[in-house]
Amino acid sequence: MRITGWKNESSKETEGSAAVFSVGNPVEQSTVTASIEQSVLSARRWVVTMLTLAVASLLVMMASLRFGAEEIGLADSARILLQALRYGEAGTDSFGSSGVIILQVRLPRVLLGFMVGGSLAAVGVGLQALLRNPLADPYVLGISSGAALGAAVAILFGIGTTVLAITTLPLCAFVGGLMAIVIVYRVAASYGRLPIHTLLLAGVILNAIFSAFIMFITSIMDPNRSFGMMFWLMGTLTAPSYPAMVALVLYLVVGGSILLWQTQSLNLLTLGEESARSLGVEVETVKKTVFFTSALLTGAVVSVSGMIGFVGMVIPHAVRMVIGADHRLLLPASALVGGTFLVAADTVARTVLAPAEIPVGIVTALGGGPLFIYLLLYRKSGLAL
Amino acid sequence: MRETEGLGNGRAYRVERLRFRYRHDRDKQFGKGNEWALKGLRFEVQSGEVLGVIGPNGSGKTSLLKLLSRVLRPQEGEIYLFGSQLAEMSQDAIARLVALVPQDSRQIFPFTIAETVMMGRFPHHRSRGRLFGFGWEGPEDIRLATQAMKETDVAHLAHRSIDNVSGGERQRAIIARALTQQPQVLLLDEPTAFLDLNHQLEICTILRRLNEKRGLTVVLVSHDLNLASQYCDRLMLLKEGEIFRLGPPEEVIRPDVLAAVYRCEVLVDRHPMSGLPRVTLPGRSPVRPHVTEQ
Repeated sequence: MRITGWKNESSKETEGSAAVFSVGNPVEQSTVTASIEQSVLSARRWVVTMLTLAVASLLVMMASLRFGAEEIGLADSARILLQALRYGEAGTDSFGSSGVIILQVRLPRVLLGFMVGGSLAAVGVGLQALLRNPLADPYVLGISSGAALGAAVAILFGIGTTVLAITTLPLCAFVGGLMAIVIVYRVAASYGRLPIHTLLLAGVILNAIFSAFIMFITSIMDPNRSFGMMFWLMGTLTAPSYPAMVALVLYLVVGGSILLWQTQSLNLLTLGEESARSLGVEVETVKKTVFFTSALLTGAVVSVSGMIGFVGMVIPHAVRMVIGADHRLLLPASALVGGTFLVAADTVARTVLAPAEIPVGIVTALGGGPLFIYLLLYRKSGLAL
Repeated sequence: MRETEGLGNGRAYRVERLRFRYRHDRDKQFGKGNEWALKGLRFEVQSGEVLGVIGPNGSGKTSLLKLLSRVLRPQEGEIYLFGSQLAEMSQDAIARLVALVPQDSRQIFPFTIAETVMMGRFPHHRSRGRLFGFGWEGPEDIRLATQAMKETDVAHLAHRSIDNVSGGERQRAIIARALTQQPQVLLLDEPTAFLDLNHQLEICTILRRLNEKRGLTVVLVSHDLNLASQYCDRLMLLKEGEIFRLGPPEEVIRPDVLAAVYRCEVLVDRHPMSGLPRVTLPGRSPVRPHVTEQ
């Protein structure tokens, strides 16, 4: 990253414009330049936006800690967190059960929600750019169910119950997700520019096929295990064990960094593969990298939280409307907003019928599904999203 | 300014025995089956000239343009760009010399015009290891983009979303993006298709001016024979993947040549202002008894 030296820019600009343009005075030239500067992403806007969103995310996560079956005040939860940060978990003994609830139940769950939502939104951004389709979403396109099938197969063969589960389950889910992405892309690329509805249809069919396989696996499992699997498939944020959580963080940090690295290429890929290539993008490499990384992130997320839909579509959409289309900012900003959104959705999921919980996947589907249909209809009228 | 600023000394392109066919069905836009789209082309493009590529549908015009920018790769033959083998160059090195304005430049994401134009800086940043993932456009990039946007008259639209402007404005923005690449060669695929008359004229005037002021080599594909005749130094007439005629407009835009390629009779006279050949489709007979009777 480079800090732009704008100090001597104004003088250079007037010189340059005087030499090149026969009309217009220097003052007018520099106003035009200023408006162009404002219309492109600057390092300053990036930092300000990201900081604002990060603070907002922290506030939402703090707030969601206080909700749940047990009423714990905002001040108390803050104090518990501070104590834990300062003295470790032992420092919170004085808070009794509240400390345990906050640190061992709610905090891991909030963190998990943030990571899952963030990853899904980031994957959504990547897929939308690559498929040139603003409605692309890992869930709608069947990539989540591909990953779920991979994980289900792993569970069926008993990998999911051993210590190996920490790393192998996400890997199996990754393989399933990758398979789904390759199929969807093959379909999407077979006629050059694919109409949006055809791509969605391909996703629907793929979803149906994978679901059939998953249901088959569930039906031959013993009922005790199959119930757990059904609950997982619906999309729940049940915090996994501590090592599994660390493994997840690793997956997400690696995958997220790779995606972030490709954002400028993603910008150019939205122009279409041929235009991107003519502008110097190594299209095949970028495509493979993004597909691979999307499958990796989806696999990691699905293996812990099942199928949570529409976060990957709705969030990038909303964020794009507010901050613009430049993926260098859109991708990390969507990740923050997506994470925050899922934390909020999960808060609803575990409070609306407290002390019982509903899977958060139901909340996101009920919120995101109708919005999806609305956007589909809106598109039909020829308006770009 | 840059290492490649050696204008006027010779050839932009040298093309030898160029043969190409679409391998996959999904790459195929024109032509049938596995036929060769281009059958052994051999020609040169002089640095600083405006070369028009004309010919009927499916004659290989667009394929040729994509091969010259290495969006596609040929099965046989060689393309030399300013003396270097195109096949051996990196994609961003090519993009620093050659800019392509594609026929279809619709964008569904709400990038601003300024952002779209700024994308032309990508190959230059890549070579310096910047902006691959991150890094920001510097004052020099903004200066170049501003200059290009003024030349194509889109500077006042900088903040507008590219998916929300007229076809002519978008086409001008795409040309501005191509100029921001600081290329030596500009390849344009049907730059005036779908445009109103005034926008057609606008684009042509811009191209001519860029050619004269910047010494830009222009290769443009067009369906519009008159436009090609008026604005190009030389014309290449393609027929079924082969060069039927290559030369100044007077030698190519001739009734006998066009009849052989397009399989229809046309009238060719002289443009009243430029004196260059002008094509007219034969209309109905001027004497229409049932009209005169009324």
